[in-house]
Amino acid sequence: MSMTETQAAKPVVKERADTVALDAEDLRRLRLQRFDRIGRWMLPLAVLILTIIGWDRLVVWNNIPHYILPGPGLVWTTLLQDWAMLLDALLVTLQITMMALAVAVIGGVGLAVLFTQSRLVEMSFYPYAVILQVTPIVAIAPLIFIYVDNRTAGLLMCAWLVAFFPVLSNTTLGLNSADHNLRDLFRIYGATRWQTLRYLRLPSALPYFLGGLRIAGGLALIGAVVAEYVAGTGGIGSGLAFRILEAGYRLNIPRMFAALLLIAVTGVVIFAGLSFLSHMLLRKWHESAIKRET
Amino acid sequence: MSRPERPSLDQRPPVLEMIDVDKTFNGDVVALKAMNLTVNHGDFISLLGPSGCGKSTALRLIAGLSHPSRGKIAWAGGQGENDLGVVFQEPTLMPWATVAQNVWLPFRLRGQPYTAVRDEVLEALKLVGLEKFQNAYPRELSGGMKMRVSIARAMVTKPRLILMDEPFAALDEITRFRLNNDLLKLKEAIGCTVIFVTHSVFESVFLSDRIVVMAARPGRVIREVTVPAPYPRDENFRTSAAYAALCREASSALHEAMGEPV
Repeated sequence: MSMTETQAAKPVVKERADTVALDAEDLRRLRLQRFDRIGRWMLPLAVLILTIIGWDRLVVWNNIPHYILPGPGLVWTTLLQDWAMLLDALLVTLQITMMALAVAVIGGVGLAVLFTQSRLVEMSFYPYAVILQVTPIVAIAPLIFIYVDNRTAGLLMCAWLVAFFPVLSNTTLGLNSADHNLRDLFRIYGATRWQTLRYLRLPSALPYFLGGLRIAGGLALIGAVVAEYVAGTGGIGSGLAFRILEAGYRLNIPRMFAALLLIAVTGVVIFAGLSFLSHMLLRKWHESAIKRET
Repeated sequence: MSRPERPSLDQRPPVLEMIDVDKTFNGDVVALKAMNLTVNHGDFISLLGPSGCGKSTALRLIAGLSHPSRGKIAWAGGQGENDLGVVFQEPTLMPWATVAQNVWLPFRLRGQPYTAVRDEVLEALKLVGLEKFQNAYPRELSGGMKMRVSIARAMVTKPRLILMDEPFAALDEITRFRLNNDLLKLKEAIGCTVIFVTHSVFESVFLSDRIVVMAARPGRVIREVTVPAPYPRDENFRTSAAYAALCREASSALHEAMGEPV
């Protein structure tokens, strides 16, 4: 990357820091930075370890039976023991989640583009998108499974309903937030509607879309899990939520915990993955990504 | 330095004419009243006036971003594809695109691939002194450098007319002086025609050969001051007696425009 006036200033400051003694304020700032860097990882880790120890002691000292509250050790061994079954279930849930997320992106972005291209369409349909969003999925899901025969299609529809709205609303906001001077410039140069969309509105919307996508990733997982709860049928090809229900009926509480752990970890991984994607796409130019670099 | 003699003002062919143009908003707010302006090829015209005098409105009308309520704007020989380049008060660059991609934009919107116009883009960047920064992103540049990219973009297609709407108003004085000098050099190099909106008397006298002084409520032209000083102009012109006299003249016209005693 070529040097610029602003960046050229940085190395000079650094050089001086090496040769001239740091004053108290600098030292305090450096100490704070180091504390931030380490604390960001160490503190949550310490909380986790303390929680696990506390949980374990609580169970042991009070002699709590494992069908009420299993200790962390038992949950871990159950996770390993039932790994094959739980992994199968996880893959099923993950598949629904990913498909729902994909459809949410296509549907959300497609609808957002349609909305910004035509006021008529937006005015007609936006209120219904909101209504779909605010109606709880647990209330709609039973109906969906009555009318949709294919179980996978039903699950997908539920997860999609939950996930698509943040993509839609964020992308719409992003498409409309293109710089007004740039819009004027495109008009002056006689840009077509398609050119304005492709070269101006879509790039402007990218950071907003990625923000919506991160929310949608978590929501797609929640939607998939809720839908499985409602669908409830077992056998081969059932997801994590069904395994939790099943284990609950059999008072296999350790397995419930193990499955719950898997869902939580999956949610975190999805969020982290999408955050990484967002960072990679924006790191060259967007403020949000630049701050993270330095 | 030998240079072809500039034709005197009335010898240059016209580019654009504003004929008796009115612009009203909501039927009753008169932004511009009976404006007449002939822009000739090679002119550097400043529109000078207090805020609300309609100078930006005039620019938007010429740019075709809004339409006159009355009167007309006539391009000599009709409107074409390559009439305009524009520089706004902000650099107005696309932050996701590199410097070269930003300058490429006017060509790109005409469907010309980068490879076909690379020479023009690099030439424009060279003229504003940023050829080394073609792959930088706007956020890596200082305010003055961003404005240079914006100027390069406006002139890369060599349009018939370049509109500048207070382009240096947000910059510090040192940067503004430097950009004023460079703008004049650029104008000499490519021979463009410019309409420059400003509220700075000094800037308008330094840059232009015609200063159109405007008054507010309703926005209208009250006087035209001709700056007879020859180009190229440099730092010496800024300190000359002629410059001071012209500033005084433009300044008194501006006071008249604001309805204050001189």
